[in-house]
Amino acid sequence: MTALSSVSFKTPQLVARIIRSVIGIIVVVWAAMRIYNVLFVNQAYGLDTWVRFGITGLIIGGMYALIAIGYTLVYGILGMINFAHGEVMMIGTFGGYFVLEALAAIPAPTLANPDLNFLNAQPLLSILLAFLAGTLAASLMGYLLEKIAYRPLRNAPRLAPLISAIGASIFLQNAVQLLFSPQLRDYTNPDALARGTGWSIEIAGSQVLVTYTGVLSFVLSILLMVGLYVLVQKTRIGRAMRAVAQDKKTAALMGVDVDAVISQTFIISGALAGAAGVMWGIHNGLVYYFLGFIPGIKAFTAAVLGGIGNIPGAMLGGLVLGLVESIGPAALGIDFQLKDVIAFLILVLVLIFRPSGLLGAASVEEKL
Amino acid sequence: MMLEITDLKVSYGAIQALRGIDLTLNEGEIVALIGGNGAGKSTTLQTISGLLKPVSGSIRFLGDEIIGVAPQEIVARGIIHVPEGRRIFSSLTVEENLEMGAYLQRDKIAKQRTLEEAYVRFPRLKERRKQAGGTLSGGEQQMLAIARAIMAQPKLLLLDEPSMGLSPVLVEQIFDIIESINDQGTSILLVEQNAQMALSIANRGYVLETGGIVLSGEAESLLHDPMVIEAYLGG
Repeated sequence: MTALSSVSFKTPQLVARIIRSVIGIIVVVWAAMRIYNVLFVNQAYGLDTWVRFGITGLIIGGMYALIAIGYTLVYGILGMINFAHGEVMMIGTFGGYFVLEALAAIPAPTLANPDLNFLNAQPLLSILLAFLAGTLAASLMGYLLEKIAYRPLRNAPRLAPLISAIGASIFLQNAVQLLFSPQLRDYTNPDALARGTGWSIEIAGSQVLVTYTGVLSFVLSILLMVGLYVLVQKTRIGRAMRAVAQDKKTAALMGVDVDAVISQTFIISGALAGAAGVMWGIHNGLVYYFLGFIPGIKAFTAAVLGGIGNIPGAMLGGLVLGLVESIGPAALGIDFQLKDVIAFLILVLVLIFRPSGLLGAASVEEKL
Repeated sequence: MMLEITDLKVSYGAIQALRGIDLTLNEGEIVALIGGNGAGKSTTLQTISGLLKPVSGSIRFLGDEIIGVAPQEIVARGIIHVPEGRRIFSSLTVEENLEMGAYLQRDKIAKQRTLEEAYVRFPRLKERRKQAGGTLSGGEQQMLAIARAIMAQPKLLLLDEPSMGLSPVLVEQIFDIIESINDQGTSILLVEQNAQMALSIANRGYVLETGGIVLSGEAESLLHDPMVIEAYLGG
């Protein structure tokens, strides 16, 4: 009797493992064949092209990483996925957009150039103000989101805040569409940071363009990640966040205002997403109500890839995902429009083969 | 009077955990609250520290009602609760755990001084200060839990089962530490299943059974009470 029941319990697991292994082997072999084909048989791309893909991947990956940190922080503290996080990023993009538009409308004529506006007279200050506005707008959005959509459901079953998050996401998209119209608008960069301009470097006899907006985005995202790491590891707020993530009751017994720490977590997550949103705007150039959806879900993929709840994991996951989806289509010799498919295929594969992600277990005890 | 609990009633849904208890604690005292599993000892402490909201009753600390006051505000007023099972932040280092204890102390110099004092009292923790809290042994974790509580310089310390899961030698050590903390002026409300140990260091004691206080008095007389001997001191 015991033998029989143990067999009937083990069989489905065994079958699942075999199926997983077979899928895994097929995917790996297929990918290896395609990559071999591209690299050694067709030799369709030179080194310069690979470098171009790599640069693009790092730039987008940095943005994914910033957004992914928000998913991971919130998951670490509340154990929920904030599916409206992409919309928080979109609010940040709009915040930066309106500031740049406003600055472009302020005249700042000089003798040499009577048509000069403030945006081009003070490009650095303008960009700084745009980032400030985007960050503030997104932080505020994150704060309100938690207060309105999640806090009342703090003790509800797990599914309730998840549904609330999806509702908040749809609400925000539609609210922005109603307020600012569904049209796509061009992001107004200062001329000094015009899209498509940058440094030209020579690789394997070809010119590779390293855009100013890309370098700005990448450097800023690295700085913000380092800043976040210091905040979480070295400051009083960070210590309180880690304590709350681990044990809310005991943190309260230390005198920590748990609700305040949760609010701070959403504010910090929002700030990072907002900064990524402004980068998205100045680098990619378009702003509209739906723009947060794809980066949001990609960054979620990145967070899962790195190990949800794990901050260095989210950073690594973002960069890796950016690189893979940028290099992937060329390396596999498939259509470039399939880059989104690659990203989501990674999500599926990680969930099947390594649910704890690249940097391993975000166990119950060690979420942050 | 430091702590005055009157007719405190607490329920978990339909289950009544405390059926109207009265308890007092004078400044400088160690008061032991003893009783079996599920008697309501931990419930009493959690209600004092604000984690649980009572159905009715009153808890006065230094004359002020503290029912309905947020846990972090109760900590700020000087009541520190060391929960059952120590509850060390296992991924934080020993030093970070201690710093969490002094979370509300904004003065960095004062915080550093209390940290040094804690290390003098618990040299073992100083050796391990860069280690994750979760890697400590059970006894060290209990030391850390108490040291973390002392970091807040409490007026009243609530200790929930400090002897749980520790060897007799370690229990002796922990109780010595509790006495020395009391000698320096901190009042202590001690919840214990180990009635013998608890009553031997306490001034007074209360015996809790299924949510009600059935006996109270001087610790010395409780130690010799036939009912206490029968039920809690192993006859």
